[in-house]
Amino acid sequence: MRQPFPFSAIVGQTAMKQAMVLTAIDPGIGGVLVFGDRGTGKSTAVRALAALLPQITAVEGCPVNSARFEDVPEWAGALTDTMISRPTPVIDLPLGVTEDRVVGALDIERALTRGEKAFEPGLLARANRGYLYIDEVNLLEDHIVDLLLDVAQSGENVVEREGLSIRHAARFVLVGSGNPEEGELRPQLLDRFGLSVEVTSPRDIETRVEVMTRRDAYENDFDAFMAVWRAQDTALREAILTARVALKSLKTPGVVLHDCAALCIALGSDGLRGELTLLRAARAQAAYEGADTVTRAHLKSVAASALSHRLRRDPLDEAGSGVRVARTIAEVLP
Amino acid sequence: MDPLSPWERAELALAVLATDPAGIKGLWLRARASGVRDRVTAALTALPLALRRLHPGVDDTALYGGVDLAGTLATGRVARSAGVLDAPCALVLTMAERSPPGLAARLARVLDDPGFCLIALDEGVDEETLPSALTDRLGLFVDLDALGWSDTAEIVLDPARLAAARAIKVATPPDAADQLMRVATVLGIGSLRAPLQAQACARALAAWNGRSVVADEDLQRAAELVLAHRGDVPEVAPEQEPEQEPPPPDPGETEAEQPEDMGDRIPDDILLEAVRAALPADLLARLRAGRAAKSAKGSGAGAAIKGNRRGRPLPPRPGQPGSGLRIDLVATLRAAAPWQGVRGRGAQGLAIRASDLRIKRFQETSDRLLIFAVDASGSSAMARLAETKGAVELLLAQAYARRDHVALVAFRGKGAELMLPPTRSLVQTKRRLAGLPGGGGTPLAAGLKLAFEVAGQARARGMTPTVALLTDGRGNIALDGTASREMAEADALRLARALRAAGTPALVIDTGNRPQPSLRVLAGLLDAPYVPLPRADAQRLSAVLSAALDG
Repeated sequence: MRQPFPFSAIVGQTAMKQAMVLTAIDPGIGGVLVFGDRGTGKSTAVRALAALLPQITAVEGCPVNSARFEDVPEWAGALTDTMISRPTPVIDLPLGVTEDRVVGALDIERALTRGEKAFEPGLLARANRGYLYIDEVNLLEDHIVDLLLDVAQSGENVVEREGLSIRHAARFVLVGSGNPEEGELRPQLLDRFGLSVEVTSPRDIETRVEVMTRRDAYENDFDAFMAVWRAQDTALREAILTARVALKSLKTPGVVLHDCAALCIALGSDGLRGELTLLRAARAQAAYEGADTVTRAHLKSVAASALSHRLRRDPLDEAGSGVRVARTIAEVLP
Repeated sequence: MDPLSPWERAELALAVLATDPAGIKGLWLRARASGVRDRVTAALTALPLALRRLHPGVDDTALYGGVDLAGTLATGRVARSAGVLDAPCALVLTMAERSPPGLAARLARVLDDPGFCLIALDEGVDEETLPSALTDRLGLFVDLDALGWSDTAEIVLDPARLAAARAIKVATPPDAADQLMRVATVLGIGSLRAPLQAQACARALAAWNGRSVVADEDLQRAAELVLAHRGDVPEVAPEQEPEQEPPPPDPGETEAEQPEDMGDRIPDDILLEAVRAALPADLLARLRAGRAAKSAKGSGAGAAIKGNRRGRPLPPRPGQPGSGLRIDLVATLRAAAPWQGVRGRGAQGLAIRASDLRIKRFQETSDRLLIFAVDASGSSAMARLAETKGAVELLLAQAYARRDHVALVAFRGKGAELMLPPTRSLVQTKRRLAGLPGGGGTPLAAGLKLAFEVAGQARARGMTPTVALLTDGRGNIALDGTASREMAEADALRLARALRAAGTPALVIDTGNRPQPSLRVLAGLLDAPYVPLPRADAQRLSAVLSAALDG
């Protein structure tokens, strides 16, 4: 497989790139939702992210990418404790996927040919410790959405069917993309995404031509193009790793906590997940910028993506919640 | 440079596709199955990739490969079947307009990988068309519907010329990207894929013509082939009558016309001109309507009753697992058990034959679609249109809570219009409803006809349609547009019978100041509750509506 288009070479779309980098720094932020028109680089960014992410260490042959030998589920069969380094999994969840493929099911092939009761792991197992990418997430069938919600919340996939009783860890970062004109996302799933960004096609000709030029260079002059951008990607990856370390020693002053709460109250966002995600994202942003303390500026730079999808929907409001968030930020945090 | 005739366009598109299939990514071929289409598909053998045929019902095993269950059981060893997508190939998707979103998403993913190309044979009529995930990715578009057999000829692509063209490495002048992007922007094409494909197409054209640098001519042709069908013709304001639309540039006519003083124009204009002349305007409108229909369909993807995944369980049935069917293990074992002695139980495990396999079946109720057929004629418009809008808005909120789908048909002037294809999107519905204009005659029959068609399409997608007709009942425009009260009346009654024959539940709400006896007759024919609402406010209208629907 050819290396995907480099992440740093994506022109513009700063909000989307920022959101993805933040979840790479702190997976606890819990996923990114990218809504926007077709052909704006949503899928390109996700595939680029896969190549950008640092490698993980996992038990060799483990179907759920366990970090420690003790964590390997017993149904995985006999494995050795050899550790290998492998790319962070970024798993595509296609539309119209069956429930069996998502959660895993009885391995029919083995059941019928060898008479063994064996578990065939699904996409959730493969996505453990990595990313689960759903293109056109708003068109996903309801029963698959329910299933994802349940697993995303518990971090564990429980399979009770066809005489199997299996559970395994399934902690992943959900990345969804879609076009809001084609259908809406259920509020429950919306809330599950830590950050949400809206992408639009760049409006000015220069930016658009730049997109074309880079894409063209990637396709027709691959080696020279990658030589330039691979270095940038490597620098970004280093920055992510540095930020992960810095995150642990980051100081969070009380006034920032107060700001978080004030902002969420002013916006009337449902539940407390808004505050928590906002704070996490702000901390990740601060760590990424190399600061040792979270400030109001960090908070402001992530507030729109952390909160805009958590507002109670006003069906008659056409301005979009992004505008409401921006207005409230200006009022509450001068 | 003259615009291409439709058949020349088809020939050139195939030449370009055969030159660089992987760069252009594919062809959207809109045509009924016919001899003309066969002439085009016959030329696909010139592609340097293996042709693989797909149909919309293709399952994952066929696409990606998997265990061949029948073979495995027969031999007792694991037999694997190869998948279509294992190696780069040219995929030919028949009946592409029927492809479900899941298949479109999978194919879109494959097209993003290098080496694949897709020829989508779109046989759709009217609103039916390809999922937008695919139309965005396929470079070329060819419409053969207007062509007869005598307009066409065998497409001959010289293999030697193709081979020579593929060998040329074409350079692009530095401003080519800029020009294509400008044209795309003027046409309102948001997607960045389109200009990129146009550039790849220009390169292939240059190579096909034996040039090693892209010429202006190539850019124009590329814009014609790749950008033309994606552009949005400027929206016609709803208040305007159709006659005021700019007359569609008919390809037959424009061909005869000589483009005036080409030399004085800036290149962008020439490119745009090429695009404008490429396609008849009604085609653009049709495609746009189709696109809107597709894009607004929304989460309706979840509404299809497959009958094998969820819902109330039904008895299992013999069959092969795959294409979303799940095996019922217990029933399979039960079916195999009596035969174990005869079959001579294998040393390891049971002897199970393919004929023993049982699949699970479920039954579920389908989603409901509320089709509002709203009278926006002059007589209604004055007093009632605002109230009707208010009622529909209130109902929308309820429909949203019940996860119902909503469609909006408005009739006024000389005909009916599908203001909103079936959707669950509240924002869209709100927007279309607010922009609903009023005035003109009352083409009640046309409104019923469109509602009937929408209901039919919805039923084909597995939804249960209900028609709510809001009118003051004075139909005065017949189906063919003549202003005759008798004919209008007769047409309306005829359609009412058709609606009832199709088994579509309906509801007639009389919004006139005085109840109309003719509407009561219509409601009787529809077997629908008749609700006269002189001077009702939106709140009451909504209460009556929901009572009638729930009861």
